Amino acid sequence: MFELGQAEWQAIYLTLRLCFFTTVILLIIATPLAWWLSSGRSRWRVVVQVIVALPLVLPPTVLGFYLLMALGPRGFVGGSLESMGFNHLAFSFEGILFASVLYSMPFAVQPLLEAFNNLGRRPIEVSASLGAGVIDRFFSVTLPLCKGGFIVAATLSFAHTVGEFGVILMLGGSIPGETKVLSVLIYDHAESMNYQAAHQLSLMLLVFSFLVLFVVYSINRRFHTVKL
Amino acid sequence: MLQIKARLRRGDFTLDVDTQWPLTGVTALFGRSGCGKTSLLRIIAGLEKVNASRVSFAGISWQTAELFVPIEKRRVGLVFQEASLLPHLSVTGNLLYGYKRTPEVLRRLQPDTVIRMLGLDNLTDRRVDQLSGGQAQRVALGRALLSSPQLLLLDEPLAALDTQTKREIMPFLSRLSSESKVPIVLITHSPEEVQRLADRVVFIRDGVIDDICDLQQAMAKPDSPLFADEGPASVLLGMLSEPDAQGVCRFGVEQAQLYVQTSPASAGSHAPQTTTRLRVLARDVSVALDDPSRISIRNHLRVVIQQIHELPDNRLLLSTTLADGQGLLIEITRWSAQQLDLQTGQQVWALIKSVALVQ
Repeated sequence: MFELGQAEWQAIYLTLRLCFFTTVILLIIATPLAWWLSSGRSRWRVVVQVIVALPLVLPPTVLGFYLLMALGPRGFVGGSLESMGFNHLAFSFEGILFASVLYSMPFAVQPLLEAFNNLGRRPIEVSASLGAGVIDRFFSVTLPLCKGGFIVAATLSFAHTVGEFGVILMLGGSIPGETKVLSVLIYDHAESMNYQAAHQLSLMLLVFSFLVLFVVYSINRRFHTVKL
Repeated sequence: MLQIKARLRRGDFTLDVDTQWPLTGVTALFGRSGCGKTSLLRIIAGLEKVNASRVSFAGISWQTAELFVPIEKRRVGLVFQEASLLPHLSVTGNLLYGYKRTPEVLRRLQPDTVIRMLGLDNLTDRRVDQLSGGQAQRVALGRALLSSPQLLLLDEPLAALDTQTKREIMPFLSRLSSESKVPIVLITHSPEEVQRLADRVVFIRDGVIDDICDLQQAMAKPDSPLFADEGPASVLLGMLSEPDAQGVCRFGVEQAQLYVQTSPASAGSHAPQTTTRLRVLARDVSVALDDPSRISIRNHLRVVIQQIHELPDNRLLLSTTLADGQGLLIEITRWSAQQLDLQTGQQVWALIKSVALVQ
């Protein structure tokens, strides 16, 4: 039953590439963002938290539509890029990468925020008083004590990006090797009545998702008690 | 000198201080919970960035309008109510966390010394979660010391411990400042801790500093807030001799000598030939007009009554001086004072039922 053709392999490779870069970028952005959210007294905190959480409730088509407007050749971002001699971002890998980062943001920020809130300020204050600077504190205290949060954030970002469909279809279309990720390929297969091919990819994703969530919930249980 | 000028508003609480004190010995910040002690300590440490505050330490600015030295550059040791050990590190890992981050030229205390000073020899291999509360607090103290701080800030370090453990840690704390030569700021709401540990007291009330004075001055006032728990008390300073066969040590100069019973366990922890504190509760002292000989009380001191203060409930507080000039407070009833016809300037015998050796 499992026979993957070239189109399938291409889509798998593309999906993994998209998920990998999305996860890396998200961890870099979400870590300081979650830290700020957990510590700040700023009145902007709630606004930022709402913006980060928006993709959870918006139909992906809404996000995809506005991104298409903004990143396309006549959009604010796409237009500026074109005038500087770059390509606009609609229907491109970079475009769906940008979209994925926004779309999966809450799945990276939320576990980190929870981990940082659990950690509290005390360990950081202690290590600062012992002479550790900001970077040193992050690697010697925050990272090891919030390990669980980071693992969950990375896994969820990765998995959620695998499951992305609407935004990519709106913004990226279905260009093989560029924007045709697994979920889009399954849609194409089903559209063309090729149920056999759609089924085997769907089953793969089902098993993958089960495993990911299993890992996440196991980790959550194990690390939940790490607190000073 | 440690100089602080700060104004902080949180809700309806205002902290407003403009003060300074010398960088010697132990300075206690004393006041009730919520009076602003911890906020003041956090401003000194650099954990609270309050606008328009000024902090300077030994002439070096830590905070001014333009400048804010971050806590990791201030080289202050912090110990909180909870030991707050880093749970992912071992005891040794915790002890050496600050030591490793201290430049070699600035290291004044070595791990061996600190481990001995705080009795941590048997603990270094343990995991942090295998320590008792008192042990963990000692590790926290050691960890702070090993970063060779210029100033040690202790925020109610004993408040979370039970009485037994407090007694176990107290001697370590009192040796800390004399042996490590690091000035200490100690936050506490316990009069007993102030009397045992402090050289200087900063009285804080509702965010304002009431008074800063030496411990002796603070304890000379009959209505001192330090007498809130156990009533008036005196702290005597002096040298302690080696214990004799029955474990009795002599304390103080010959004209005003006291005998102190020490337990074998505690005897070893007092280095002879260093100044020791003796705490005497005023209600544990009686007055006699002559020196009684057939009596079980062994400590008889010749004192001169300087002042007689009225206390509530028909009690009187005599402030007296010993032959060596130190003050001793005695609490008696008005009735017995009338019986003995006590007057200021009169010489009497103070009979001390029990003395507590506090260092």
